[in-house]
Amino acid sequence: MTQSPSFADVNVGDAIPSLDKPAIDRVQLALYAGGSGDHNAIHLDDDRAKSGGLPGVIAHGMLSMAFLGELVGNWVPQSQIREFGGRFASIVKPGDVVTCGGTIKAKDTINGENRVEVEIHAETGDGNRAIVGKAVVALP
Amino acid sequence: MLDKSFIGRKYEPFSFEVEKGRIRQFANAIGDDNPIYRDEAAAKAEGYRAIPAPPTFPYVAIMDADQAFTVLRDIGADISRSLHGEQWFTYQGLIYAGDVVSGRQKIVDIFDKKNGALEFIVTEVSLTNQNNEPVCAMKSVVVVRN
Repeated sequence: MTQSPSFADVNVGDAIPSLDKPAIDRVQLALYAGGSGDHNAIHLDDDRAKSGGLPGVIAHGMLSMAFLGELVGNWVPQSQIREFGGRFASIVKPGDVVTCGGTIKAKDTINGENRVEVEIHAETGDGNRAIVGKAVVALP
Repeated sequence: MLDKSFIGRKYEPFSFEVEKGRIRQFANAIGDDNPIYRDEAAAKAEGYRAIPAPPTFPYVAIMDADQAFTVLRDIGADISRSLHGEQWFTYQGLIYAGDVVSGRQKIVDIFDKKNGALEFIVTEVSLTNQNNEPVCAMKSVVVVRN
Protein backbone atom coordinates (compact mmCIF):
# COMPACT_ATOMS: atom_id res chain seq x y z
CA MET A 1 0.00 0.00 0.00
CA THR A 2 1.45 3.33 -1.06
CA GLN A 3 0.95 5.85 1.76
CA SER A 4 1.06 9.46 0.69
CA PRO A 5 3.39 11.91 2.40
CA SER A 6 1.60 15.07 3.53
CA PHE A 7 2.13 18.49 1.96
CA ALA A 8 3.13 19.93 5.33
CA ASP A 9 5.83 17.30 5.86
CA VAL A 10 7.76 17.78 2.60
CA ASN A 11 10.19 20.59 1.84
CA VAL A 12 11.86 21.99 -1.23
CA GLY A 13 15.21 20.24 -1.56
CA ASP A 14 14.00 16.94 -0.10
CA ALA A 15 14.95 13.81 -2.03
CA ILE A 16 12.22 11.27 -2.71
CA PRO A 17 13.04 7.55 -2.11
CA SER A 18 15.22 6.31 -4.96
CA LEU A 19 14.65 3.21 -7.09
CA ASP A 20 17.36 0.81 -8.29
CA LYS A 21 16.35 -1.41 -11.18
CA PRO A 22 18.12 -4.63 -12.21
CA ALA A 23 20.32 -4.47 -15.34
CA ILE A 24 18.31 -4.25 -18.54
CA ASP A 25 18.73 -7.27 -20.80
CA ARG A 26 17.48 -8.20 -24.24
CA VAL A 27 14.72 -10.37 -22.82
CA GLN A 28 13.32 -7.33 -21.04
CA LEU A 29 13.44 -5.36 -24.31
CA ALA A 30 11.50 -8.14 -26.03
CA LEU A 31 8.95 -8.25 -23.20
CA TYR A 32 8.64 -4.46 -23.27
CA ALA A 33 8.17 -4.50 -27.05
CA GLY A 34 5.28 -6.92 -26.58
CA GLY A 35 3.81 -5.15 -23.58
CA SER A 36 4.05 -1.65 -25.00
CA GLY A 37 3.34 -2.33 -28.66
CA ASP A 38 6.63 -0.61 -29.63
CA HIS A 39 8.15 -3.14 -32.03
CA ASN A 40 10.75 -0.78 -33.52
CA ALA A 41 13.57 -3.07 -34.71
CA ILE A 42 16.26 -0.82 -33.16
CA HIS A 43 15.25 -2.36 -29.80
CA LEU A 44 15.24 -5.97 -30.98
CA ASP A 45 17.54 -6.55 -33.94
CA ASP A 46 21.26 -5.63 -33.85
CA ASP A 47 21.55 -5.60 -37.63
CA ARG A 48 18.68 -3.15 -38.05
CA ALA A 49 19.99 -1.01 -35.18
CA LYS A 50 23.45 -0.84 -36.79
CA SER A 51 21.96 0.06 -40.17
CA GLY A 52 20.40 3.03 -38.40
CA GLY A 53 23.82 4.13 -37.18
CA LEU A 54 23.51 2.79 -33.64
CA PRO A 55 26.12 0.58 -31.91
CA GLY A 56 23.53 -2.20 -31.54
CA VAL A 57 20.09 -2.54 -30.00
CA ILE A 58 19.16 0.18 -27.55
CA ALA A 59 16.53 0.14 -24.83
CA HIS A 60 13.19 1.80 -25.42
CA GLY A 61 13.31 5.26 -23.88
CA MET A 62 9.82 4.59 -22.58
CA LEU A 63 11.13 1.60 -20.59
CA SER A 64 13.34 3.88 -18.50
CA MET A 65 10.49 6.38 -18.29
CA ALA A 66 8.30 3.57 -16.96
CA PHE A 67 10.93 3.09 -14.22
CA LEU A 68 10.41 6.76 -13.36
CA GLY A 69 6.68 6.07 -13.21
CA GLU A 70 7.40 3.32 -10.68
CA LEU A 71 9.65 5.73 -8.73
CA VAL A 72 6.85 8.29 -8.39
CA GLY A 73 4.16 5.62 -7.85
CA ASN A 74 6.18 4.16 -4.96
CA TRP A 75 6.27 7.59 -3.34
CA VAL A 76 2.65 8.70 -3.78
CA PRO A 77 -0.49 6.85 -4.89
CA GLN A 78 -0.71 7.02 -8.67
CA SER A 79 -4.06 8.82 -8.48
CA GLN A 80 -2.18 11.86 -7.13
CA ILE A 81 0.11 12.26 -10.15
CA ARG A 82 -0.97 15.31 -12.18
CA GLU A 83 1.90 15.74 -14.63
CA PHE A 84 4.79 13.50 -15.53
CA GLY A 85 7.41 13.23 -18.24
CA GLY A 86 10.87 14.06 -19.40
CA ARG A 87 13.53 14.44 -22.02
CA PHE A 88 15.60 11.46 -23.17
CA ALA A 89 19.13 12.77 -22.69
CA SER A 90 21.17 9.69 -23.62
CA ILE A 91 20.61 6.16 -24.88
CA VAL A 92 20.35 3.12 -22.60
CA LYS A 93 21.81 -0.19 -23.73
CA PRO A 94 21.42 -3.82 -22.66
CA GLY A 95 23.54 -4.37 -19.55
CA ASP A 96 22.93 -0.86 -18.23
CA VAL A 97 21.73 -0.54 -14.65
CA VAL A 98 19.20 2.27 -14.36
CA THR A 99 18.75 4.07 -11.05
CA CYS A 100 16.02 6.62 -10.52
CA GLY A 101 15.71 9.50 -8.11
CA GLY A 102 14.08 12.85 -7.59
CA THR A 103 14.20 16.09 -5.63
CA ILE A 104 11.36 18.40 -4.64
CA LYS A 105 11.70 21.70 -6.50
CA ALA A 106 8.58 23.65 -5.60
CA LYS A 107 5.47 23.63 -3.41
CA ASP A 108 2.35 25.40 -4.67
CA THR A 109 -1.39 25.50 -4.20
CA ILE A 110 -3.07 25.33 -7.60
CA ASN A 111 -6.87 25.39 -8.01
CA GLY A 112 -7.12 24.83 -4.27
CA GLU A 113 -4.98 21.70 -4.45
CA ASN A 114 -1.62 21.34 -2.72
CA ARG A 115 0.95 20.26 -5.29
CA VAL A 116 4.67 19.69 -5.38
CA GLU A 117 6.94 19.72 -8.40
CA VAL A 118 9.66 17.10 -8.39
CA GLU A 119 12.73 16.96 -10.63
CA ILE A 120 13.09 13.29 -11.56
CA HIS A 121 15.91 11.51 -13.34
CA ALA A 122 17.06 8.11 -14.56
CA GLU A 123 20.80 7.49 -14.55
CA THR A 124 23.00 4.74 -15.98
CA GLY A 125 25.98 5.09 -13.66
CA ASP A 126 28.70 7.69 -13.25
CA GLY A 127 25.99 10.31 -13.04
CA ASN A 128 25.10 9.86 -16.72
CA ARG A 129 21.54 11.04 -17.14
CA ALA A 130 19.37 8.96 -19.44
CA ILE A 131 16.21 10.94 -18.65
CA VAL A 132 15.77 14.35 -17.09
CA GLY A 133 12.16 14.85 -16.18
CA LYS A 134 9.53 16.37 -13.97
CA ALA A 135 6.54 15.17 -12.00
CA VAL A 136 3.79 17.24 -10.41
CA VAL A 137 1.88 15.45 -7.67
CA ALA A 138 -0.97 16.44 -5.39
CA LEU A 139 -0.41 15.90 -1.67
CA PRO A 140 -2.99 15.90 1.12
CA MET B 1 14.46 18.04 -44.82
CA LEU B 2 11.12 16.95 -43.48
CA ASP B 3 8.08 18.52 -45.08
CA LYS B 4 6.85 21.24 -42.71
CA SER B 5 3.49 21.34 -44.48
CA PHE B 6 2.56 18.40 -42.19
CA ILE B 7 2.38 20.84 -39.27
CA GLY B 8 -1.24 21.07 -38.17
CA ARG B 9 -2.19 17.72 -39.68
CA LYS B 10 -4.82 15.81 -37.72
CA TYR B 11 -5.13 12.06 -37.98
CA GLU B 12 -8.26 9.94 -37.91
CA PRO B 13 -9.50 9.11 -34.40
CA PHE B 14 -8.29 5.82 -32.95
CA SER B 15 -9.41 3.80 -29.96
CA PHE B 16 -7.78 1.25 -27.69
CA GLU B 17 -9.36 -1.33 -25.39
CA VAL B 18 -7.52 -1.48 -22.07
CA GLU B 19 -7.32 -5.14 -21.12
CA LYS B 20 -6.47 -6.35 -17.62
CA GLY B 21 -3.99 -8.86 -19.04
CA ARG B 22 -2.23 -6.16 -21.04
CA ILE B 23 -1.73 -4.04 -17.92
CA ARG B 24 -0.28 -7.06 -16.09
CA GLN B 25 1.96 -7.87 -19.06
CA PHE B 26 3.16 -4.26 -19.17
CA ALA B 27 3.80 -4.16 -15.40
CA ASN B 28 5.73 -7.44 -15.64
CA ALA B 29 7.82 -6.13 -18.55
CA ILE B 30 8.85 -3.00 -16.66
CA GLY B 31 9.36 -4.95 -13.42
CA ASP B 32 6.91 -2.91 -11.34
CA ASP B 33 5.67 -5.23 -8.58
CA ASN B 34 2.87 -2.97 -7.33
CA PRO B 35 -0.12 -5.28 -6.74
CA ILE B 36 -2.62 -2.64 -7.92
CA TYR B 37 -1.57 -3.45 -11.52
CA ARG B 38 -2.45 -7.15 -11.11
CA ASP B 39 -4.99 -7.65 -8.36
CA GLU B 40 -8.39 -5.98 -8.50
CA ALA B 41 -8.90 -6.40 -4.74
CA ALA B 42 -5.58 -4.66 -4.03
CA ALA B 43 -6.52 -1.83 -6.40
CA LYS B 44 -9.93 -1.37 -4.79
CA ALA B 45 -8.38 -1.45 -1.31
CA GLU B 46 -6.36 1.61 -2.37
CA GLY B 47 -9.45 3.43 -3.63
CA TYR B 48 -9.24 2.65 -7.36
CA ARG B 49 -12.45 1.57 -9.10
CA ALA B 50 -10.60 -1.18 -10.99
CA ILE B 51 -7.04 -2.08 -11.94
CA PRO B 52 -5.40 1.21 -12.99
CA ALA B 53 -2.98 1.49 -15.91
CA PRO B 54 0.54 2.63 -14.89
CA PRO B 55 1.61 6.26 -15.52
CA THR B 56 3.29 5.66 -18.89
CA PHE B 57 0.67 3.17 -20.13
CA PRO B 58 -1.31 5.83 -22.06
CA TYR B 59 1.57 5.80 -24.55
CA VAL B 60 0.77 2.12 -25.20
CA ALA B 61 -2.52 3.27 -26.72
CA ILE B 62 -0.51 5.34 -29.23
CA MET B 63 1.93 2.56 -30.08
CA ASP B 64 -0.69 -0.16 -30.22
CA ALA B 65 -2.72 1.90 -32.69
CA ASP B 66 0.48 2.43 -34.72
CA GLN B 67 0.04 6.19 -34.41
CA ALA B 68 3.69 7.17 -33.86
CA PHE B 69 5.09 5.13 -36.76
CA THR B 70 2.27 6.20 -39.07
CA VAL B 71 3.40 9.81 -38.69
CA LEU B 72 7.04 8.90 -39.38
CA ARG B 73 6.08 6.90 -42.48
CA ASP B 74 3.84 9.68 -43.77
CA ILE B 75 6.52 12.30 -43.32
CA GLY B 76 9.11 10.01 -44.87
CA ALA B 77 11.37 9.77 -41.82
CA ASP B 78 13.56 6.66 -41.47
CA ILE B 79 12.21 4.79 -38.43
CA SER B 80 15.61 3.19 -37.71
CA ARG B 81 17.10 6.70 -37.48
CA SER B 82 14.31 8.06 -35.27
CA LEU B 83 14.59 8.31 -31.49
CA HIS B 84 12.13 9.35 -28.83
CA GLY B 85 13.27 12.79 -27.69
CA GLU B 86 10.72 13.79 -25.06
CA GLN B 87 7.47 12.48 -23.65
CA TRP B 88 5.06 14.36 -21.41
CA PHE B 89 1.80 13.34 -19.75
CA THR B 90 -0.86 15.48 -18.10
CA TYR B 91 -3.46 13.44 -16.23
CA GLN B 92 -7.07 14.52 -15.85
CA GLY B 93 -8.05 11.09 -14.58
CA LEU B 94 -6.94 7.49 -14.55
CA ILE B 95 -7.25 4.80 -17.18
CA TYR B 96 -8.62 1.52 -15.86
CA ALA B 97 -8.77 -2.06 -17.07
CA GLY B 98 -11.99 -2.42 -19.03
CA ASP B 99 -11.92 1.14 -20.35
CA VAL B 100 -11.91 2.04 -24.01
CA VAL B 101 -9.84 5.15 -24.63
CA SER B 102 -9.97 7.23 -27.79
CA GLY B 103 -7.79 9.95 -29.20
CA ARG B 104 -6.74 11.80 -32.26
CA GLN B 105 -3.16 12.56 -33.11
CA LYS B 106 -2.07 16.01 -34.24
CA ILE B 107 1.31 17.13 -35.59
CA VAL B 108 1.94 20.41 -33.80
CA ASP B 109 5.47 21.23 -34.94
CA ILE B 110 8.37 20.16 -37.16
CA PHE B 111 11.72 21.91 -36.79
CA ASP B 112 15.44 21.25 -37.15
CA LYS B 113 18.68 21.97 -35.33
CA LYS B 114 22.34 21.86 -36.33
CA ASN B 115 21.58 22.87 -39.93
CA GLY B 116 19.17 20.00 -40.40
CA ALA B 117 21.37 17.27 -38.87
CA LEU B 118 18.63 16.75 -36.31
CA GLU B 119 14.96 17.16 -37.09
CA PHE B 120 12.17 17.17 -34.53
CA ILE B 121 8.55 16.12 -34.89
CA VAL B 122 6.17 17.20 -32.12
CA THR B 123 2.80 15.46 -31.80
CA GLU B 124 -0.06 15.70 -29.32
CA VAL B 125 -2.84 13.30 -28.40
CA SER B 126 -5.58 13.72 -25.80
CA LEU B 127 -7.26 10.54 -24.62
CA THR B 128 -10.84 10.33 -23.41
CA ASN B 129 -12.51 7.27 -21.97
CA GLN B 130 -15.80 5.56 -22.90
CA ASN B 131 -17.71 8.07 -20.74
CA ASN B 132 -16.19 10.93 -22.73
CA GLU B 133 -14.13 11.97 -19.71
CA PRO B 134 -10.65 13.32 -20.54
CA VAL B 135 -8.03 11.10 -18.90
CA CYS B 136 -4.64 11.99 -20.31
CA ALA B 137 -3.03 14.51 -22.65
CA MET B 138 0.29 13.52 -24.18
CA LYS B 139 2.99 15.40 -26.01
CA SER B 140 5.73 13.52 -27.87
CA VAL B 141 8.92 14.73 -29.48
CA VAL B 142 10.66 12.41 -31.94
CA VAL B 143 14.20 13.17 -33.11
CA VAL B 144 15.28 12.12 -36.61
CA ARG B 145 19.06 11.84 -37.04
CA ASN B 146 19.96 12.69 -40.64
